[in-house]
Amino acid sequence: MIERELLDFDNWSCPLPLRDNPTVVMGHGGGGQLSADLIKYLFLPAFDNPVLAQMGDAAVVTPGGPNGPRLAISTDSFTVTPLFFPGGDIGKLAVHGTVNDVAMVGARPLFLSVGFILEEGMPLDDLVRIAASMAAACRQAGVTIITGDTKVVDKGHGDGLYVNTTGIGLLATGLDISAGRARPGDVVIVSGDIGVHGIAILSIREGLQFETVVESDTAALHGLVAEMLDVTPDIHCLRDPTRGGLAAALNEIAAASSVGIELDETAVPVPPAVHAACEMLGLDPFYIANEGKLIAILPAEHAEAVLARMRAHPLGLRAAMVGTVKEAHPGMVVARTGIGGRRIVDMLVGEQLPRIC
Amino acid sequence: MKYVDEYRDPAPVHAVIAQIRATVTRQWVLMEVCGGQTHNIIRHGIDQLLPPELELVHGPGCPVCVTPLELIDQALAIAGRPEVIFCSFGDMLRVPGSDTNLFRVKAEGGDVRVLYSPLDALEIAQQNPDREVVFFGVGFETTAPANAMAILQAHRLNITNFSVLVSHVRVPPAINALLSTPAIRVQAFLAAGHVCAVMGYWEYHPLAERFGVPIVVTGFEPLDIVRGILMAVQQLETGRTQVENAYVRTVTEAGNTPAQQVIEQVFQECDRKWRGIGEIPGSGWCVRPDFASFDAALRFDTGQITAHESPLCHAGEVLQGLLKPYQCPAFGTDCTPRTPLGAPMVSAEGACAAYHNYGRFDPTTSDK
Repeated sequence: MIERELLDFDNWSCPLPLRDNPTVVMGHGGGGQLSADLIKYLFLPAFDNPVLAQMGDAAVVTPGGPNGPRLAISTDSFTVTPLFFPGGDIGKLAVHGTVNDVAMVGARPLFLSVGFILEEGMPLDDLVRIAASMAAACRQAGVTIITGDTKVVDKGHGDGLYVNTTGIGLLATGLDISAGRARPGDVVIVSGDIGVHGIAILSIREGLQFETVVESDTAALHGLVAEMLDVTPDIHCLRDPTRGGLAAALNEIAAASSVGIELDETAVPVPPAVHAACEMLGLDPFYIANEGKLIAILPAEHAEAVLARMRAHPLGLRAAMVGTVKEAHPGMVVARTGIGGRRIVDMLVGEQLPRIC
Repeated sequence: MKYVDEYRDPAPVHAVIAQIRATVTRQWVLMEVCGGQTHNIIRHGIDQLLPPELELVHGPGCPVCVTPLELIDQALAIAGRPEVIFCSFGDMLRVPGSDTNLFRVKAEGGDVRVLYSPLDALEIAQQNPDREVVFFGVGFETTAPANAMAILQAHRLNITNFSVLVSHVRVPPAINALLSTPAIRVQAFLAAGHVCAVMGYWEYHPLAERFGVPIVVTGFEPLDIVRGILMAVQQLETGRTQVENAYVRTVTEAGNTPAQQVIEQVFQECDRKWRGIGEIPGSGWCVRPDFASFDAALRFDTGQITAHESPLCHAGEVLQGLLKPYQCPAFGTDCTPRTPLGAPMVSAEGACAAYHNYGRFDPTTSDK
């Protein structure tokens, strides 16, 4: 049990969510406010230390002293159902997800660990396919799996397979990329079409059919990041907008940097199938998960050159400038709508819920 | 996306707004009945583009919001039973009952599933013959045909482990009740386009006549909404009080007759309590006695349920257009989307949530 005194009651609205939810609810894993609360008010106070307080996609440490190499470390667990989906599978996702988290501080990913939690009764053929897919993803990304662990749980206690990966990368000197570095006047770039992974999973999970099969965008982004850093090391923030989508990632940056972010809604690339699915289900593409996209925030003077280089990379063909960082409305993301109005793009409380009609 | 993008094109929207500006000569209060319209008005920032003479108040057309607390408590009691698979539209999961919500029932072991159609619940019932499958049939006239169809199908296929907890409400009796309230400030209504797509708009003529209010059947995209507003304003400015259709691509006077027949076959009119408003005579549909075995309210004995609302919540006044969400003392403090005291803070279509999520920001201070 957590001590009440450890909790920071500032900025809380009553009744308190943790007290309100005496048990874990699905929203705690949704990447929205409930997830953020769990980290901020439960885990951070318990594990309190300066490295963790960086709160980046990856932690940066210098175990050899200030002049030693800088390492970026990140861990992620994968619980996706179904295990195989159009465009990928849980194994490929587990490699890409952690590689991307390491890449989002500007580091070059080198090594991965992998932990498998297998459910009794899972077909070994599936595990063979997943292992092969992970190996291929590692080869393509230039990373090596150097240690691992396997546990088996009773039938009914897992969803076939859960995977955890931890990644280690090397961070070049002179880079300082973190969510807290966005400055007024910076521009916001996304590397391509948003919402694709989330809709791919949703459509197969819910049996929704569209004219074309929507394939997950899962991909390792460190190559694209390297190209961008080659144009300028002066990139302020990088994020891969996974759970909670573009909205959660931008809200995190706005809060960490105490700046406002203004999006031009019409500039955000949303592919037709994602747009159609969202319209049908009453979902907002800004909140849908991506697995092969990044958001970059950088000084305006570098924007054109970085964009040009991104568009020359296969993972950045549809990169676009979608917004600007402002001094106004700190901590808040605001979208200028297609017809010229404005709306707040808030962080979701828990999971996005489809509307009734 | 076809049939969507052309109705979000800024040029025609601004042309209609210019027409509205040219037409308005004095203050008018309009109510958009449907929560879907409220959501889109705030989401696209349409209210910020209208002339200051026009005030939009947000009506009671959010099914999640007006579902009575007693019924939600009943749903929670049914969902918690071990033999039950409780199926619902996603919105309903976070709606607070007296003590808990469906999310927590799920966290505590209840089998609660989010579906997009009641017909999917039928399939689940067929796959799980040893379980009781209950669909939470909330909604206005829009969702009634599918719910009625699910019951008809279950009857035809002799599926005996399927039932629906029905909480259907109808728009015309609600407009009637609102207009009968002495405090009402609303001078014209934008009727809900999707409701009228099913029911037509023949039911609205007596309302327009009796109360002397313009009623304009209105769609949901920005261009649809501003067109509806323009037609209402034109009527107000010229003293007309008619039922007009601004959503001709979807709605006809008679509506969707086969859908109406399905509803008629399965449901009958009943009195219904609206959360935050109270009982409105003849404002609901419930299952006809011929189909009583599919009525979850009869099938499950949930005992006496006494619901208690939070005294801090002013949802009733908000839903009647007497109070703007931000005028409620609990708005944004005691009541947030994370910790909703009342249903309008839960659903994306709820007026309070729409304001909290999209409108909290003051557009006049943003251009630094």
